[in-house]
Amino acid sequence: MEFLRDVAAWYVDPHQWSGRAPLPELVGGTLLLAVLSLAVALLIALPIGLYIGHTGRGAQAAVAMANIGRAVPSLAWMGIAYPITTALFARAGHGLMPAIIALAALGIPPIVTNTYAGLREVDADLQEAGRGVGMTEGQLLRRVEVPVALPVIMAGIRSSAVAIVATTPLMSLVGANTLGDYIISGLNLSDEVQVFAAALLVVLAALATEALFAWLERRATSPGLRGGAHAASAGGALRPQPLGTES
Amino acid sequence: MRPGQPFIRLDWLVDNADQLARRVGEQLYITLIAIVAGFIISFGLALLVRRYPRLGGPILGVAGTLYAIPSIAAFVLLIPITHLTLWTAEIVLTSYTLVMLVRNMIAGFRAVPADVLEAADGMGYTNVQRLWRVELPIATPIIIAGVRIATVTTMGLVTIAALIGSGGLGYVIVNLGILRQFPTATIAGAALVVLLSALIDWGLAVVQRRLTPWSRALEA
Repeated sequence: MEFLRDVAAWYVDPHQWSGRAPLPELVGGTLLLAVLSLAVALLIALPIGLYIGHTGRGAQAAVAMANIGRAVPSLAWMGIAYPITTALFARAGHGLMPAIIALAALGIPPIVTNTYAGLREVDADLQEAGRGVGMTEGQLLRRVEVPVALPVIMAGIRSSAVAIVATTPLMSLVGANTLGDYIISGLNLSDEVQVFAAALLVVLAALATEALFAWLERRATSPGLRGGAHAASAGGALRPQPLGTES
Repeated sequence: MRPGQPFIRLDWLVDNADQLARRVGEQLYITLIAIVAGFIISFGLALLVRRYPRLGGPILGVAGTLYAIPSIAAFVLLIPITHLTLWTAEIVLTSYTLVMLVRNMIAGFRAVPADVLEAADGMGYTNVQRLWRVELPIATPIIIAGVRIATVTTMGLVTIAALIGSGGLGYVIVNLGILRQFPTATIAGAALVVLLSALIDWGLAVVQRRLTPWSRALEA
């Protein structure tokens, strides 16, 4: 109990609000880094996923890429990006740049696989109907396939966003200004209160991200898709798909 | 990186081969404990769900929630209770494996066709005999698929546990590499993690084929 009181006191300690690395600045830095990284991940992953899902070309490469992405831990992405950016850009290769590369690399696989899987699940009859009424391939993608696949695509973006937010603090190691600054300096000083207080904020940020994207996911579901078959498959906890058996 | 220093110093890798080997050993040891502990707990939970199917939803829900806690935060949040010991790392790593292992074990048991179960009962198998001789063999490919994913995921998380002092390849990446601005160690550590994960994944795939020779015949 005393420990929790110390943690509460840490949050209101004026030192955290005005010191060399004030809390608002580090919270802001964490969010900025997460938003930029997710944006980069989306810019790369969505076009790839849409192309593969629509044409069916390169699906095996996408699955292979997702498996590799799962195997390379975030720390390794960072470890690979950091020496390269510092070697190429000297001071500018410090901080944000390697952090965005590592976090975007972490966020790309779930978006690609879900976009691809979502588009593949679209009923072939719908595609045929779209072509039958004279839609171009682009119109078919925009007006039929993407709206139908949107819940699945959004689920991929959600897991990507949560993973990015949850991993952001690690990027303090390469010089980005995040809540990880408190965790790392706290670990060095064996200051358990500071470490705990900062980690709690990270958990809250991840939960908030999860909630935000779950809400967006519901909003993005076209009314015609709510209820019925999709609602049943959304309650997937009872009929779990086994992992790693798709190939 | 200091100016004039080559990007990768092979001489450092040679000079520190024994230290790298030790870190690989730590990495495997920490991973192995978490997977074995996770497997035992998950197997117990899956048997529970086999007996009481209604428990499946809640158990998967709890395991999923545990998995949703950011790993860096999870390691750190336990420090006040278990301090900077290996326990802190292993408790977190083990809880993360549950969602992948339990899920595939439950799915594995559910993959057994009802008429196969009936045939086993008809032949007079007891409940335990049916489990060991019929259900487990059929569920094995799916269970091992879960172990593969859990192992690769855990290997990655173990690197992060280096932040709370448990050693392993994360120590090489962070303490020897990033904090000293020494890219050779960073890249060597990262490459070893990926290589090790790929090797273990492949090894488990081979184990699975050996354990279930009939599954290959079915695929063909």
